[in-house]
Amino acid sequence: MPLLDVQNLRVTFVTEDGEVKAVDNVSFSVEPGETVAVVGESGSGKSVTALSLARLVPIPPARYDGGKILFDGKDLFSMGRRELQAMRGAKISYVFQEPSTSLNPVFRVRNQIAEAIHLHRHDVKDVRAEILHLLDLVGIRDAARVMDAYPHQLSGGMQQRVMIAMAIACRPALLVADEPTTALDVTIQAQILELLRELRKKLGMAVLLITHNFAIVANIADRVLVMYHGKIVEQGTVAEVLRHPKHPYTKALLACIPKLGTKQRRLPVIDHELLASQQP
Amino acid sequence: MFNYFLRRLLYAVPVVFGVMLLTFVLFFMVQSPRMMAKRNLGPKATPQAVENWLHNRGYDKPLFFNTSPGKSWYDSLFFNHMRSLIMFDLGDSDSTGERVSTKFKKGAVPSLLITVPAFVLGLYLSLVTSLFLAFVRKSKLDVGGVIACVVLMSVPIMVYVIVGQWLIAVQLSWLPAFGFTPSGLTTAKFLMLPVLVYVCAGLGGDVRLFRAIFLEEVHQDYVRTAQAKGASHGRVLFVHVLKNGMIALITLVVASLPFLIMGSLVIENFFGIPGLGSLTLDATRTSDFAVMRASVYLGSLLYLFGLLLTDLCYASVDPRIRFK
Repeated sequence: MPLLDVQNLRVTFVTEDGEVKAVDNVSFSVEPGETVAVVGESGSGKSVTALSLARLVPIPPARYDGGKILFDGKDLFSMGRRELQAMRGAKISYVFQEPSTSLNPVFRVRNQIAEAIHLHRHDVKDVRAEILHLLDLVGIRDAARVMDAYPHQLSGGMQQRVMIAMAIACRPALLVADEPTTALDVTIQAQILELLRELRKKLGMAVLLITHNFAIVANIADRVLVMYHGKIVEQGTVAEVLRHPKHPYTKALLACIPKLGTKQRRLPVIDHELLASQQP
Repeated sequence: MFNYFLRRLLYAVPVVFGVMLLTFVLFFMVQSPRMMAKRNLGPKATPQAVENWLHNRGYDKPLFFNTSPGKSWYDSLFFNHMRSLIMFDLGDSDSTGERVSTKFKKGAVPSLLITVPAFVLGLYLSLVTSLFLAFVRKSKLDVGGVIACVVLMSVPIMVYVIVGQWLIAVQLSWLPAFGFTPSGLTTAKFLMLPVLVYVCAGLGGDVRLFRAIFLEEVHQDYVRTAQAKGASHGRVLFVHVLKNGMIALITLVVASLPFLIMGSLVIENFFGIPGLGSLTLDATRTSDFAVMRASVYLGSLLYLFGLLLTDLCYASVDPRIRFK
């Protein structure tokens, strides 16, 4: 049985200019321990899909229009509020794009991680030791200092490590990483991705990685989903999708990646009108 | 930190000086010291009595600069007043001759008896209501709440006073409409209606403002993080949002704290409360410059003190703020 099974999910945003189908009939699954990457450009619905997995999309303006999300065989849409809160952070947890704003600016790192522990793990006796252990797991050397710091006193990379420590505090079965490296500079990006890969091995959790960056995908993912206009247009193993893209959008997306050693004046741009006419 | 506060205190000096200068100019633009004397002594006062009155109180000196030979240039009304204010010598009342400091001590108690309960009750009600409205945002309840706030805001304070007195004191005769006694439980009876009116008059505006502050926070990323951790709605609102919202709230709340002692001009006047508000108003009526300059002086000092206090509270709520 897959860990996560999404069937025909539809999420619509109601705006003043009409309705927007952000997620349109999306189905996919994630096996335990697997890393799945969701790739697409801004506005393709990948983040909304990710947030829907714990019903975190704000309603209104959004509206769930149907479909099923089965986590460990249980339907998320039939869960009550308490049941949902007990699952968030404990079984599905999140790492977001912008660590500097995603951490609460007025609480110390220690208190923010402690909150995650207090909410779900009542068995932990020595919370301080557990926080130190978590910070060590995410590769923070001077954990004792970082613990007492406020988020703004840490660098972007450190902030993201703290976010990850918070996310794995309850040993979740699924970690959803929504563009976890977009706000970081390139060397730090590589470190954070390496950390995610390491943690997945150590903790045996599944990872759903949301990104617009194919370079990341090749390094870390087992499978890839390509999203375009709220739909999944292509999915398969990393090798299949990267080497033999079938959908014109995937081809266009891959063509946009600059290659080292080739001389190219301008990068190709995706022609949406052309794509629309080619839709299979 | 110490340097910061020292600098702030130094900034206060020109501000207070400016306020006093302005008060002085405005007051004596409207009337001369001679008019003040006539007003206090009555229309039948002899010219000699007027001269004596002026001389005894130092009002016979020139307004700003003393140009008469043998006198120093600063031996004038304005500089003498400034000097005594700096020494916190508030002088005697021009109309009753009583020490101004005694008058203020007597007036502070009734003022505080009204403003402190009203402030605490008002703050509590508006915080709870606004957090609740932020929680049910965009629902019919929220819209209804905002409309109620606008209605409460739009009604002038006089209407609250008159309706309150008419309904609660006259029609229902639950509470006295007017007056004050300084003893025991009867005092509470006299205070309840003014406090109620004070709270009602401020509630609409505060709730609307606080709601806007909290709504700003509700859309921040850290709120989503807290939800993703599995925190309950109440926890997200009262722990995460409230502490962040406090930063904006503190400016409004703490800066108004010192003013509690100055009382409310309108409420005290209409409910016959002998507080600092009525004292100030009476002083303008009777051209009592000594009392007026004292209350303006204390008011501006308190205001600056409030701003300083706000800065201190900022730092305690928001770790990102450091004084330089």
